Amino acid sequence: MSSAIEEGKTYEPGTYPDLPPPASEIGVYGWVYNNLLKGWVNSILTAVTIVFLVVVIPPSVNWLFLNAVFEGASRDDCRAIMNEAGTNGACWAFIGHRFELFVYGFYPVEERWRVDISFILMLAALVPVLWDKTPNRGKLMIASAIAPFVIGWLLVGGLGLEPVPTDKFGGFMLTLVIGVTGIVGSLPIGIVLALGRQSHLPAVRMVCVVFIEFIRGVPLITLLFVASTMLNYFLPPGTTFDLLLRVLIMVTLFASAYLAEVVRGGLQAIPKGQQEAADSMGLKYWQSMRLIILPQALKISIPGIVNTFIGLYKDTTLVIIIGLFDPLGVGRASLADTKWQGLSTEVYVFVAIFFFISCIAMARYSLYLEKKLHTGH
Amino acid sequence: MTEHEQLSEEEIAQLEAAATKLKVSDELTIQIKGMHKWYGSFHVLKNVNLDVFKGERIVICGPSGSGKSTLIRCINRLEEHQQGDIIVNNVTLTNDLKNIDLIRKDVGMVFQHFNLFPHLTVLENCALAPIWVKQVPRKEAEETAMKYLTRVKIPEQADKFPGQLSGGQQQRVAIARSLCMNPEIMLFDEPTSALDPEMIKEVLDVMIELAQEGMTMLCVTHEMGFAKTVANRVIFMDGGEIIEENEPHQFFDNPQHERTKLFLSQILAH
Repeated sequence: MSSAIEEGKTYEPGTYPDLPPPASEIGVYGWVYNNLLKGWVNSILTAVTIVFLVVVIPPSVNWLFLNAVFEGASRDDCRAIMNEAGTNGACWAFIGHRFELFVYGFYPVEERWRVDISFILMLAALVPVLWDKTPNRGKLMIASAIAPFVIGWLLVGGLGLEPVPTDKFGGFMLTLVIGVTGIVGSLPIGIVLALGRQSHLPAVRMVCVVFIEFIRGVPLITLLFVASTMLNYFLPPGTTFDLLLRVLIMVTLFASAYLAEVVRGGLQAIPKGQQEAADSMGLKYWQSMRLIILPQALKISIPGIVNTFIGLYKDTTLVIIIGLFDPLGVGRASLADTKWQGLSTEVYVFVAIFFFISCIAMARYSLYLEKKLHTGH
Repeated sequence: MTEHEQLSEEEIAQLEAAATKLKVSDELTIQIKGMHKWYGSFHVLKNVNLDVFKGERIVICGPSGSGKSTLIRCINRLEEHQQGDIIVNNVTLTNDLKNIDLIRKDVGMVFQHFNLFPHLTVLENCALAPIWVKQVPRKEAEETAMKYLTRVKIPEQADKFPGQLSGGQQQRVAIARSLCMNPEIMLFDEPTSALDPEMIKEVLDVMIELAQEGMTMLCVTHEMGFAKTVANRVIFMDGGEIIEENEPHQFFDNPQHERTKLFLSQILAH
């Protein structure tokens, strides 16, 4: 690339040199101008944003960290420390005291190692699923497929382990159990429903449409109530059917109906020529779906799929209504303690941070996946 | 062809040489007998009769909407015909999935819009069907794919994605992908219609080479130059019927039917 043209020189057609961009397009000045100050609307927005950040950030940081109290045995301790310093901050000592309850719920203390191992197992099982450069991915995927059963056994017990009734489950552990089961279970069911809805067989199509429309047409809370109470009327008397299991089934079915519609949108975006090319080469229906259509349809659907997953994950807090102790349930129970009364802000901020971290992780992963799967220009 | 008295001896010799090189056998490979097709109540194909012999290179032309694409799409059952028979290599095309699979194994197809799989690399596009349909080991399938990619002159693009190639390159990949299944018959559905003008030649060159190797080809195209040099038969369709068929020189120099004359005058006018 030539950096300058000679003054007054005329170039033969086809010999004009490539020039560097003007200074206003590059460097710090170019960035600030183009991103912050281009036109008066952008300049005003930049100013408003700066004012907003100045007003919001320092008090938040003060409340969350600088003025916060991390040690203490009761709310009065917190208050005493803050009164002495003349400041106002969060009383995280409360959360510290209840931390184990927030994480494990009422899971027996001496059995909590099983929850820890389950958590590590879950993370390990996720590695080959989420990261395609894992060495020996094929074999590890088989291990990942077995992991949920091992985790189930660890958490519930039996077969040599002390059984733990599922009503002892609670806190973040319960959120993860419901959220991860819902996510893992609803994706395949959703895909099958989406394919079924496009089937040439009227009976298959009917079943899928009725299922999807029924589940989508009813609020999740209603389904949870059905799971917790109504189901007993339909089941033969004397059968015990674990409440948590019923909730897991309902949450999974609920999410799968939404996913089916998201995936159907993706399927419809695939040009007809793709199916025709697969057909003309002799691929069978399931082969063409698995190898050609679904990889493309799911890729397009990633934002919608992750959106549904995030919704499902946060909807797990609804189980509080049928008496399960998710983090919000634990928080409410803790607030009833007279020693710590009036600290609801801390509880909800803490739970919000937990959900925010989980959900932002999912959102960022979906962005990474979209970028990775982008193969065109 | 020798009855063309206005041709010089040299030209006659060239044409004869080409004709012997493109020897057509008398073995039937596709038979279409009294075939009809409707889209809803619209009668797209009317009483189509066509016999194709091994090694034939047939160009099908006609105005848009004349049913020419539909006709070749019926041969590998991308479209279903409602009446009459289509027999490919002694297999009759019915709703029987086994027959459809048998026929599709023998018949390759190249589409107007390439229809490459955008999420797979060029090499994966080519090796996919051999691996999954013919159970060829992956390594062998990839070697075959490279062989055909070399034949269409783009082995260096094997690891790129279709979206990174030009239209002409994509269409050549599509041809290589079909060839990887080792078909006896190739169907071309307007293979150059979606290409920029400067890319048409590279695709036609590949098709000409294929014809010279004795591939049976049915080609829907508006490339009349291709029809003249490669085809041994040109079929003109209009309104869902085969109006006229002839060997190319007769077809272009001496069209019989009024509609053929009109069509030729329209496409050859500019």
